[in-house]
Amino acid sequence: MSALLDKTAEAADRRRPPARKPNRWAAPPRPVWEEEPAKAGLAGKGIALGFACFAILFPLWIVIVTSLQTKKTIDEAGGLVVIPKGVTFIAYQELLSGGQVQKAALVSVGITLVGTLFSMTVSVLCAYGLSRVGSLGHRWILMTLLATMFFGAGLIPTYLLVQALGLTDTYLALILPSAVSVFNILVLRSFFMGISPELIDSARIDGAGDWRILWKIVMPLSRAVLAVIALFYAVGYWSAWFNASIYLTDQDMMPLQNVMIQLVQKQERPVGLSAQINTGQLSPLAIQMAVMVMALLPVAVLSPFVQKHFKKGMLTGAVKG
Amino acid sequence: MSHSTVPRSRAEADTPEETPAAPGDATGPRPAAGARAGKLSLRLRLRRDRTLILMTLPAVLLIVVFNYIPILGNVVAFQDYDPYLSENGFVAIFQSPWIGLEQFERIFADSAFWHAVQNTFVLFFLQLVLFFPIPILLALLINSIVRPRIRAVAQAIMYLPHFFSWVLVVTVFMQIFGGAGVIAQTLRQHGYDGFDLMTNPEIFKYLVTVEMIWKDAGWGIIVFLAALSSVSHDLYEAAAMDGAGRWRRMWHITLPALRPVIALLLVLRVGDALTVGFEQLLLQRQAVGVDASEVLDTYVWWNGIRNQDFSYAAAAGLVKGVVGLALVLTANKVAHLMGEQGVYKK
Repeated sequence: MSALLDKTAEAADRRRPPARKPNRWAAPPRPVWEEEPAKAGLAGKGIALGFACFAILFPLWIVIVTSLQTKKTIDEAGGLVVIPKGVTFIAYQELLSGGQVQKAALVSVGITLVGTLFSMTVSVLCAYGLSRVGSLGHRWILMTLLATMFFGAGLIPTYLLVQALGLTDTYLALILPSAVSVFNILVLRSFFMGISPELIDSARIDGAGDWRILWKIVMPLSRAVLAVIALFYAVGYWSAWFNASIYLTDQDMMPLQNVMIQLVQKQERPVGLSAQINTGQLSPLAIQMAVMVMALLPVAVLSPFVQKHFKKGMLTGAVKG
Repeated sequence: MSHSTVPRSRAEADTPEETPAAPGDATGPRPAAGARAGKLSLRLRLRRDRTLILMTLPAVLLIVVFNYIPILGNVVAFQDYDPYLSENGFVAIFQSPWIGLEQFERIFADSAFWHAVQNTFVLFFLQLVLFFPIPILLALLINSIVRPRIRAVAQAIMYLPHFFSWVLVVTVFMQIFGGAGVIAQTLRQHGYDGFDLMTNPEIFKYLVTVEMIWKDAGWGIIVFLAALSSVSHDLYEAAAMDGAGRWRRMWHITLPALRPVIALLLVLRVGDALTVGFEQLLLQRQAVGVDASEVLDTYVWWNGIRNQDFSYAAAAGLVKGVVGLALVLTANKVAHLMGEQGVYKK
């Protein structure tokens, strides 16, 4: 009997239209006490928000669009293109077929990967080492790190040191001096401290040492904050140009940002490009814009994925030293 | 653990004595708490914690080498440092003659230095007035959006420019507002005069501020949003029951909730007053001219690294560093007097 009932219930379920997916664009139910928004208020909010987003996206839009145009459309537009006419990738093909820009891009990618890996390793280890309040030397080490947030040594002594260490004209000069950020260590540390001590204790009782606890328990539990900090470091390495500008003299070693300064700001011709620019196929402007897109694309693509963790990552350890 | 705006403060203050001993710590070495830890001999503690100390070592080493040792290097400010006295610039420090405060006298007599100081403060003031309130307003705006999707998309867009390098930001501005940029071109096409905002020293300071707003105002929202999300909804409900409209609720609940964060960031900003956009200004130095763009940081860079007058630049950097440190400490003190938390606890 009950089996029969079940069957009829099932049938009834099947006859019912499938539950609609929740529309995530829709407004959630409003609390009773909250007034309905006024039409004018909504419109004002929309305009303000729209303006903010437009101001951010519009420049990016014209940069990207212009990089995808032929010389003809760029000339017709008299400069940057707002409304695209067709799409061509010649600027990118040109840049990535060898020469200065391709090399610089590879250098930047390499520095970013190696640097981020190095910084993350050092920072995670340090943050874990400091995450146990009451361990020997914990306060002293923490103070040593914190103090650097209040005063820096200054540009000149640092420059002299890097020179004296013989790092000039090596890629190490782009990585080592700025490899650790105390701020990031603090964020990681406070996140690690939030992991339940019982979990770590039980692992220890089962015979796990600190290395294993860090690798098997703490790190898997901190994926969110690890992603955020890795992004911070990666963006730092990717965007850096100043160290390269003072520590590197060899043009061939320059990373992408520095090449971008030369190409776009100082309006120099890219070295090692074929004569296509001269044949009228390719606008120098498109080349410049393509370099800019190459510089902005990695961060623009990566950051939204990590976005939902920003708040947590920024605040667990942040604001306060 | 709560994720309020200043969540770490209490946990950070947890001295070992205050940490409650976890159950079962008789066997486990972990709870190093208070009285018990005090009784352990140093050797035992060293043995127990050696892995942890080992783990911190690489970072500490890097910090000591690249943050502490250069502090000693500031002695060149009191010397007539000549890097060519020795093969190694570091050894040359020991061989350079001491000249006392001569470099500082030179600095204070240099009108270019005072000009850089003036520019620094003008830019700082503009940032404070024009830049500082915008993240707060944007956060209030975003916070008032109830639809989760729109909120997420708006946030994603606003965070974006923070991750662009200054090279990119300055270049984008150049392409839009520069003499050959979109706006000037469009104007010219329609028969008006073009213009070049990028090389105009008069408006340069505003341009710099606008660039800063474009790049980082969106990012500044995060802290305020976090403060707002920690406000209890009961407060709003109770206020609504008592007949407070939306503006009253904003004035009496939302804004007070932001007060500690605003105070803290204000303190941080004032403490950092002498640092105003080093990279950003360096990149635009050529276009707009030294007069408009020179600040203390670029002054040090120019004299030291470009002109190789290391002692002079180090002295200027030292002045900046000392005044900066004094500013941080004073600002923090002021925050304490105001009853706010400040950067660190008393």
